[in-house]
Amino acid sequence: MFKRLILTGLCLALVLGLFSPNRPQAAQDKKEIKIGFVYISPVGNAGWSYAHDLARQALDKQPGISTYYMESVPEGADAERVILNMARRGYDIICTTSFGYMDPTIKVARQFPKTVFLHCSGYKTAANVSNYFGRVYQARYLTGMVAGSMTKKNEIGYVAAFPIPEVIRGINAFTLGVRAVNPNAKVRVVWTKTWYDPAKEKDAALSLMDVGVDMVTQHQDSPGVQEAAQDRKVYSIGYNTDMSAFAPDVQLTAAIWNWTPFYLDVVDKVRAGTWEAGSFWPGLETGIVDIAPYGKMVPQQVRDSVDARRQEIATGKFVVFGGPVKDQSGKLRIAAGETPDDKELLSMDWFVEGVVGKPE
Amino acid sequence: MNGWQLIRRTEPREWGSVAVFATAFAVSLAICALLLQVQGHNGAGGVWLLLKGGFGHVYSYGEILLKAIPIFLCSLGVALCFRLQVWNIGAEGQYVIGTLGGCWFVLNFPGLPAWLVLPGTLAAAMLSGGIWAGLAALLRQRWGMNEIISTLMLNYIGIEILNHLIYGSWRDPAAMNQAVGPYFPPAAVIGRIWDSDFWLKHGVSEGTADFFFQFFGRAHWGVLSCILAGLLCSFLLRKSRLGYEITAAGSNPRAARTAGISYNRLVILVMFLCGALAGLAGFQECSANLERLEPNIVMGYGYTAVVVAWLARLRIMRIALFTLVLAGLRFGVENIEQDLQISHAFANTLEGIILITVLAGQLFNDYKISRKGRPAASGATGGEERGS
Repeated sequence: MFKRLILTGLCLALVLGLFSPNRPQAAQDKKEIKIGFVYISPVGNAGWSYAHDLARQALDKQPGISTYYMESVPEGADAERVILNMARRGYDIICTTSFGYMDPTIKVARQFPKTVFLHCSGYKTAANVSNYFGRVYQARYLTGMVAGSMTKKNEIGYVAAFPIPEVIRGINAFTLGVRAVNPNAKVRVVWTKTWYDPAKEKDAALSLMDVGVDMVTQHQDSPGVQEAAQDRKVYSIGYNTDMSAFAPDVQLTAAIWNWTPFYLDVVDKVRAGTWEAGSFWPGLETGIVDIAPYGKMVPQQVRDSVDARRQEIATGKFVVFGGPVKDQSGKLRIAAGETPDDKELLSMDWFVEGVVGKPE
Repeated sequence: MNGWQLIRRTEPREWGSVAVFATAFAVSLAICALLLQVQGHNGAGGVWLLLKGGFGHVYSYGEILLKAIPIFLCSLGVALCFRLQVWNIGAEGQYVIGTLGGCWFVLNFPGLPAWLVLPGTLAAAMLSGGIWAGLAALLRQRWGMNEIISTLMLNYIGIEILNHLIYGSWRDPAAMNQAVGPYFPPAAVIGRIWDSDFWLKHGVSEGTADFFFQFFGRAHWGVLSCILAGLLCSFLLRKSRLGYEITAAGSNPRAARTAGISYNRLVILVMFLCGALAGLAGFQECSANLERLEPNIVMGYGYTAVVVAWLARLRIMRIALFTLVLAGLRFGVENIEQDLQISHAFANTLEGIILITVLAGQLFNDYKISRKGRPAASGATGGEERGS
């Protein structure tokens, strides 16, 4: 009994001794903008979080901007604490870059109405919360065209993350691109149910190669799939960032993010006091998404036709999901001449014709 | 030869163990400071950031409580099993299945009167977690399957069931086909302890309300379940016949059997209790924090629980203590990560070093070091020798 009392006492002392009231933040010079980023995976040197971090690093070099980040933050209760602590530190802008941060972001934003919050890949907004994303499916379509032109066996492997609309949309756009140039080609999908697990993702790519695909692409944040492609000398398409460092001999191109202009624009508006919350989903026309430089094995005529299509998408002359689009069962889902609205795209849960696998 | 040897203490340290803990903690902080220094940061400053982030803000305590709730409940259950030498490392799966059980109840009985919803869901969560753990107990008794393997495997199966449901039929169509369930009705959400609006209406001043709002933060009423479960387990182990049987059978199963204690019955009991506690932890965490089912309920608390149970040497008060310290430690490390912008991997390393140092330091609770050939000092005379 005595021992327990002492133990408790000691801990209380430890706790109370360090107890100090929360000091209010020193008055801030509003010219200095502090911006914090919350990442789902380790920053590393390729992938989703790395793409955001490249933008963060670019911002950090600008005068009057200081940047901070937290990596590998689990979604859910832990995320709310991390976001809360960023707000408590007086950051002016907090960017939360994973779907599962949506509700925590909204909750914290309610408590800190003067802080600007940006949530990536969700669907909720508030007076001080924007949601934003990019139409990376447009870049996916272009990489699909490259893949479709270069496959010999007409079977392409797609190592997919989770069966959610974002990933399904990417697979569909890629497949539409593949079949635009090669109507016989198929895209074989395997789910890893991971965002960042290099070993598992690499294994998934190898298993696809074992069943006979001669090209692989991926959705996850790690370059595991590219490494598998490099090992087996199978062509690959990267995602998030140019992954050619991991697959120098085999990466044809990659669908990539360039977040810098978007974030810079937000900072400028916040500084000028003109920022307003909203939903932002820019595409190729702003350069927020694009494709990485072609590998040297991509022939000139493929480059030319993909570049031409890139121009058409950027100027709005061509719409990736423009009908007719059939689903896996051959049913017409988008009629000829129709284009689905953003809500349909954002909640897409079916595969287009040409995909082998189930969207679940 | 003049060497050192470890001598087993005849009686465990009483409150000397506090000193052992404090010393080990201090040593671990020193190692952390050194590592930070080597990485080009201010070592002492880093340790200060750690302590400040963990325990130095008004709002640290609410966060600590919040994090402690699921870890405490899981550890309690795991410790019960370990006391009987049943190596249940399946609290993770029981946590997940318990959450699913609770969610199932919430989603399937929408018409219930509000006062019945929470008791019903909590009971459903405990029951489903308990049954999941009971499966492993059954496998062990009927077919002699090692519970370490079965509970571990059941963890994966539990998580797969969660994925199957959340990426399948339990998806909320209103959520743009994202893998999340529908929001719970307010009656199924466990509330936060401090409700400023309520107290402001009842004459509490704004300053006081704000202080408690900061202090309790996101901590929710699940704290009560921890206190209750702690007291009940404490009573069970110390005052009841069953508790006596668990302790006896745990220290010597064969002797207990000869003495007429039904070992098998005890195994089922502790496994069920552990599953129930883990299930309760899971659903409360889901309800209070997320207010709906999400795939990210899988947090690894079931495995953290094993660490805590051993740190606490399976004793209830210590489990509570270590849970709180561990939660604070997590936030402290997070604070370093945020302020010094060190990598997450390095931050995890620091946390691991602190844990393993404290765990290793416990050696000195049972053993003492003395010079070979000299009579051991007072308090441990006549101790049996154990290696050198």
